[in-house]
Amino acid sequence: MNVQLDLGAVLAEWPLLVKGIFLTTFMIVVSGLLGIVLGCVLAWMNTQSRKFQMVIASVYIEVIRNTPFIVQLFFIFFGLPSLGVKLSPLAASMLAMTINLSAYSAEILRAGIESIPKGQLQAAKSLALQPLQTYTNIVLPQAFKNTWPALVSQIVIVMLGSSVCAQISTEELSYAANLIQSRNFRAFEAFFVATLAYLGLSLILRTFLDKAIARLIFKSTHG
Amino acid sequence: MVEFSLWDILRNLLLAARWTILLSLIAFAGGALVGSMLLLARLTKRLSLEWFCTIYVKLFQGTPLLMQLFLIYFGMALLGIETTPWSAAVIALTLYSSAFLSEIWRGCIQSIPKGQWQAADSLALGFFDQMRYVIGPQAIKISIAPTVGFMVQAVKATALASVIGFIELTKAGTMISNATFKPFVVFACVGALYFSLCYPISWYSKRLELKYSVKH
Repeated sequence: MNVQLDLGAVLAEWPLLVKGIFLTTFMIVVSGLLGIVLGCVLAWMNTQSRKFQMVIASVYIEVIRNTPFIVQLFFIFFGLPSLGVKLSPLAASMLAMTINLSAYSAEILRAGIESIPKGQLQAAKSLALQPLQTYTNIVLPQAFKNTWPALVSQIVIVMLGSSVCAQISTEELSYAANLIQSRNFRAFEAFFVATLAYLGLSLILRTFLDKAIARLIFKSTHG
Repeated sequence: MVEFSLWDILRNLLLAARWTILLSLIAFAGGALVGSMLLLARLTKRLSLEWFCTIYVKLFQGTPLLMQLFLIYFGMALLGIETTPWSAAVIALTLYSSAFLSEIWRGCIQSIPKGQWQAADSLALGFFDQMRYVIGPQAIKISIAPTVGFMVQAVKATALASVIGFIELTKAGTMISNATFKPFVVFACVGALYFSLCYPISWYSKRLELKYSVKH
């Protein structure tokens, strides 16, 4: 038996890979930001005493957390057009990623919010802060600080999960790998290179969020 | 033209869901087996083994499951082993679960206070007796909730096996939606079926978490 790997044939197609890496990065930057913001809103709804908002938020969170990402993606891309919502593959991918991340980050933030001492809320109340002011100025910053490592892991997971988006022909990294293998029949090598690229991306993204962003957000010695 | 009723769609999806359940169970059981071997290797405190396990976990957690599936599917063919989507999916999901489970369990063992190890040492217990009587029972108690929680992830992970052509719930959904031209209904049903598989497990895991989170 004689196994020959030809990585050169794959690396020769580097412009495709670079394009794929750029699109994957773009997708995670946009949906990472939107997902976290939406997660904050959901976590806010979840802390409300009004039953209606709470039920909506928790149903949303549970439905998203208990179904696979690929099914959410297919539902958005193939299912929604019959309701008249027609999205491009890229838009559908980013929407699915945003929705997915928002549910997980809301759940993570909820744990962070619960860990905030009651005294903080009472102090805010005694300063006559409105509930929303308390949430954005007192609760969220602390919740973020407590749960940042978990949020970073979740963003990385969503980035890795975005490899599925090639299934609806979004031209990201795994799509590039697929295209390359259909050109030169070097399937294993193409996916091997793409896997290494994903590994690199996840390391870079994690380090970047852990160090740079953490310092930016928390403005302290953190990280 | 043949008309498909909701029941036709649902019935076929339910038949396919059996494969999702079977695949998740095998992946979970296989992952537990390989994961506990990894855990044992880590506990021996031999540096080379520890390095191997750390890199193994980092690799599987730092790359997409989809790529792992493709690599195993095409890699086995490259080695001359006959591959089917089924065998590739089983192997990939087993390895993927083993990385996560060994990491979860390692965390549980690490969370046992040092004093417990020292006390067991001072009683002249050997490694296996320490695990059997002192560390194990405590660690297992902590690990139950996250392990059950991981089952949800295992079920959801099986959906990716559809991409390499294994016919489970998601793949059946794609095929049925192509046949019936009702993607909205079909994928809503697929989602509902996954939800009805996963939600009870999530709920149970959350309950276990409350039950075992005794005041520290």
